[in-house]
Amino acid sequence: MSAPTSSAAAVALLAGRHRWRPLEALPWILAVAAFFLFPEYRVLGSQVLIMIGFALSLDLILGYAGIVSLGHAAFFGTGAYTAGLLVNAGWTEPISGLVIAALTAAAIGLISGWVILRTHGLTLLMLTLATTVILQEIANEKDEFTGGSDGLLFTVDPLFGQFAFDLEGNVAYLYALAVVAILFYVTRRIVNSSFGFSLTGIRENTARMHTVGMPVHRRLVTVYVISAAMAGVAGALLSQTTEIAALNSLSFERSGAVLIMLVLGGAGRLYGAFVGAAVYMILEDRLATIDPVYWLFWIGLVLVLVVLFARRGLFGVLSDAVAKAGWRA
Amino acid sequence: MDYLLNVLFSIVFDGVAYGMILFIISVGLSITMGLMGFVNLAHGAFAMAGGYVAVTLMNQAGVPFALALIAAFLAVAAFSVAFERILYARLYGAGELDQVLLTIGLVFMSIAAATYIWGPSAQPITLPAVLTGRIDLGIREVPVYRLFMIVAGAVIMVALWLGFERTRFGAQIRAAVDNRRMTQSLGINVDRLFTVTFAVGSGLAAVGGGLGVEIWGLDPDYPIEHLIIFLIVVAVGGLGSIKGAFVAALLLGVIDNAGKYLLPEFGSFFIYVTMIAVLLLRPAGLFGRS
Repeated sequence: MSAPTSSAAAVALLAGRHRWRPLEALPWILAVAAFFLFPEYRVLGSQVLIMIGFALSLDLILGYAGIVSLGHAAFFGTGAYTAGLLVNAGWTEPISGLVIAALTAAAIGLISGWVILRTHGLTLLMLTLATTVILQEIANEKDEFTGGSDGLLFTVDPLFGQFAFDLEGNVAYLYALAVVAILFYVTRRIVNSSFGFSLTGIRENTARMHTVGMPVHRRLVTVYVISAAMAGVAGALLSQTTEIAALNSLSFERSGAVLIMLVLGGAGRLYGAFVGAAVYMILEDRLATIDPVYWLFWIGLVLVLVVLFARRGLFGVLSDAVAKAGWRA
Repeated sequence: MDYLLNVLFSIVFDGVAYGMILFIISVGLSITMGLMGFVNLAHGAFAMAGGYVAVTLMNQAGVPFALALIAAFLAVAAFSVAFERILYARLYGAGELDQVLLTIGLVFMSIAAATYIWGPSAQPITLPAVLTGRIDLGIREVPVYRLFMIVAGAVIMVALWLGFERTRFGAQIRAAVDNRRMTQSLGINVDRLFTVTFAVGSGLAAVGGGLGVEIWGLDPDYPIEHLIIFLIVVAVGGLGSIKGAFVAALLLGVIDNAGKYLLPEFGSFFIYVTMIAVLLLRPAGLFGRS
């Protein structure tokens, strides 16, 4: 985004930011097209969509509010396990399951965020990390409820009482697509609201936001809770559609993966999550079948190169190229 | 009563031995983080590299344990300078997100490289006969290797303390940790200071990696598996503090050992709780300056 040259241009930029542009339909057209064009990849496709939702939730706190978290899987995993535990307790309806998973993750987000968002830097990193490892430790130990390292197996009711989740991923794909579309809409509304702008302000200059009288801590906790709820929805989607809540949904690796997806695509720009999650998941699916170690090497190399040469992510590179060609991306 | 004392003794003894390895590996990380504010998640990869160098020299070339550890120190220290100059130096002063991502990338690449060279399975280590078996300390019989770990850790601690507190170089590092700009203004080459410190820290991690093979094993997942505990030691001890790293490592070693001995079903739970408690009371760590 080029810097506005005058205050009039700045006003125009701010006023126009929330408007839908035709290009924004593209990812959704692609997502629907992929459903019909690659029917054999619907399971993978549903997981790509779910990770897009998860990456979007991270984008809210990382890309907009500037909170670097190494433990966002805490909320993803909380959602995943909540969905499973509900079913095993007799609550088998999937959509209300998503809502309850979101609320549970939000509660964890509120408790942990309230405390750890007072810190910053390495301390904050370590506390986000600790939240995840502790939850994972609990999930591992309380195996009479969670199945421990075997994971928690469960089956939700058919969607709307009609559409049972199938092995081809038909229902899963459309379900994930609809839910992620809602998550995206919410995220987009938030980042273009005055609340969203205040988050960007905190990211850019916390001290100044304090000075102008903004309740910085409360704003950060608020966005953290929203982000946690969204991550919980993504986690619940994954466990409902794959019929298992596994320990790796709470792992440090999962936190790292979503961070990588987001940065790969471009943090703080909404559609970065789409590009990053899709590229990462599809590459992983292709390369890991050849050799998982091979995959690890290349993703590592890509990360190093992105940090050194393409700080704004693939989407940033893309939109720079488009801007150079004289378009408005 | 006698039984209780025995349990208590072995908890503390084994915990301290474990803590010494933690200290040797983490102290370099603490100093480099304090000095440059660089979040180096790849520190565990240097420890792993040290372990592989030592084990390979011993198993393939029959090099004695002590020599293999020294070789690991030198090799990894030299190697790390290249990394520091080519990659890390570009990101000093950049956001911690960039540093986290770059070093996670390096961790992934190191895991892949280790698997490629040494294969996915754990490496065996054959300790010299002198270091196996048990020894009577007068009060209790203890495993020789554990005792050796404690002695090695103590020696390194004393050497570091002398180097840090009693030499000109140490004074320069302390000055740079306290106030980097002021130190630079006095004409001290902080960049070079950092490169040397980084090399020593990485070399020590390599030694710790070699010493720790006996208790942790050595496989390509090492840099991720143990990363969290190294970071916890640094965070609890406080950035840039040798004393902090030492106290935190021993404290966490004993707490972890006690937890696993008395309440094994809780796993590493106590370590995390300790960390959270410390960081909430003192966000800069036990000996850190905020």
